[in-house]
Amino acid sequence: MKREGFGKIVPYALVVSLFFAAIGGVSAGGQSASAGGTEQKGSVELLNVSYDPTRELYREYNDAFAKYYKDKTGVEVTIRQSHGGSGGQARGVIEGNEADVVTLALAYDVMQIGDKAGIIDSNWQTRLPNNSSPYTSTIVFLVRAGNPKNIKDWDDLVKSGVQIITPDPKTSGGAQWNYLAAYAFAKEKYGSDAQAREFVKQLYNNVPVLDSGARGATNTFVQRGLGDVLLAWENEAFLSINELGKDQFEIVVPSLSILAEPTVSWVDGITSRHGTLEVAKEYLSYLYSDEGQRIAGRNYYRPSNPQIAQEFVTQFPNLKLVHIDDYFGGWRKVHDYYFSDGGEFDTIIAELKKK
Amino acid sequence: MGIRIFGPKKNRAKLPGFGLTLGLSMLYMTILIFIPLSALILYSAKLPIKEFWALISDERVVTAFKISFSSTFYAAVFNFFFGLILAWVLTRYNFFGKRVLDALIDLPFAIPTAVAGISLATLFSKNGILGVFLHKFGIEIAYSKAGIVIALIFIGLPFVVRTVQPVIQELDKELEEAASSLGANFYQIFFRVLFPAIFPALLTGFALAFARGLGEYGSIIFISSNMPYETEIVPLLIVKKLLQFDYRGASAIGVTMLVCAFVLLLLINLLQSFARRRKIN
Repeated sequence: MKREGFGKIVPYALVVSLFFAAIGGVSAGGQSASAGGTEQKGSVELLNVSYDPTRELYREYNDAFAKYYKDKTGVEVTIRQSHGGSGGQARGVIEGNEADVVTLALAYDVMQIGDKAGIIDSNWQTRLPNNSSPYTSTIVFLVRAGNPKNIKDWDDLVKSGVQIITPDPKTSGGAQWNYLAAYAFAKEKYGSDAQAREFVKQLYNNVPVLDSGARGATNTFVQRGLGDVLLAWENEAFLSINELGKDQFEIVVPSLSILAEPTVSWVDGITSRHGTLEVAKEYLSYLYSDEGQRIAGRNYYRPSNPQIAQEFVTQFPNLKLVHIDDYFGGWRKVHDYYFSDGGEFDTIIAELKKK
Repeated sequence: MGIRIFGPKKNRAKLPGFGLTLGLSMLYMTILIFIPLSALILYSAKLPIKEFWALISDERVVTAFKISFSSTFYAAVFNFFFGLILAWVLTRYNFFGKRVLDALIDLPFAIPTAVAGISLATLFSKNGILGVFLHKFGIEIAYSKAGIVIALIFIGLPFVVRTVQPVIQELDKELEEAASSLGANFYQIFFRVLFPAIFPALLTGFALAFARGLGEYGSIIFISSNMPYETEIVPLLIVKKLLQFDYRGASAIGVTMLVCAFVLLLLINLLQSFARRRKIN
């Protein structure tokens, strides 16, 4: 009798877990399909290698661009998208992922493709307007409805008992912006670099999980219910609210944050081989058109065109934004000092965790 | 009864085709295993020994090794016992749904490990079906070391069940009957007659689950909190090194892991053949 009971329970338990496996799989989403596809005359294929929270933006933009390009030239464009942590995506391109264009979270990642694989010209950041960033964003806080921990600004994050969700800066571009935004706030408020460092250290003391990418961190916070505040891309915060309803989450805008400039570039080495240079250029330039800018705005990225930005003025709160070049001296410096192996981030974590 | 490769003709094995099949096996092994692994070793061999040592004796790396090996060990031990029970139930008894259960055992082999990790995280997180319940008792599985062990148990289970199952199936009923007729009780029969016969296979299953778990990445990173010095596993550290374009560092850690795993598997194999010999004598 007993044995039979056990035998009966096990398959059901497994079926239940399987069911969740299926759900989990669906909600996790996936990277876009891998290489393949035949190129015919009158049609062209582009691969856009991007980072996590641009899925929705490029889904909409790709449709619009394909239509525009077809009307203009009669050529059918199919755009494949690939998403993941920005650094990992850059490494993928370096190691042979045949990206025609890259639209990554950090200029540093694009630089790496140029440095390590030599397939992007070193002047890439001057080839398109606004440092090659067609839209900007910033880092805001997402908190649970009613803001139970009463979080208003960066100060509130270092209080004891507050759990912060942010991805690992070693693997996620967004997480590097988070780090720098917190640092800039503390430096402005307390004055010295030493105090800013201590502030960031306290902040990471309150971080229970380091996800590898921005979307993973959002899932941890939103789906798994972990943490009191998510440091998020502004657009990611808006999306979470739209998908799950305003009764679940609130956006808190800190007094100061960082001006995040996701950058785009065509990949010279690959487009010339694919014969896609012209369409790749067009694809990225169209991001600066009125329509491209509006699509960015609709997907909660701040348009770089001031006129179009004006249309979204109610959507984006005004806050003090510091610029990475002015404030930190550019990405190379930032990367070497803060995020390289054995850099500030590693040291801080080591100080916190080693006892 | 060894097979002599270079001997007088008459001493050669009776079965034809030895030379051909051995040649093919070696070619296959070379292409699939030796070349990739030696590439890894050669890559790390570019590092001066001092630097290599500095890399792998770094406290963070050492801690990651400890975490990886200990959680894999716990998971394999768990599977050692529960895999045995499962295999026992599946071979010795008949019950409704047995075939389904039997088929389900292999699923952890089949589904992508990331899917396993995400679904386990969903189940065990604070608002997951099991997590809600456990949370009430103050037990946190997701985002802790326990989460890593759970993921490893999940992916390692089939190895133990599938290696032990055929052995249990082959056990002679007569042995048990003889033991019973000589007055042995159930526990004596199990521990003195059956278990020694099953043990070598069980060790194989243990070794396989252990080896599989050491390299596991996909399922763990979703259920672990990935905190350096706390829940950071070696494969994650390797991926992080790669993301920093630090190929030498990554291969140094990879080689160290390879050597450790190989030594461990060798030990388990020796233990296993020892157990087998003892059984025969």
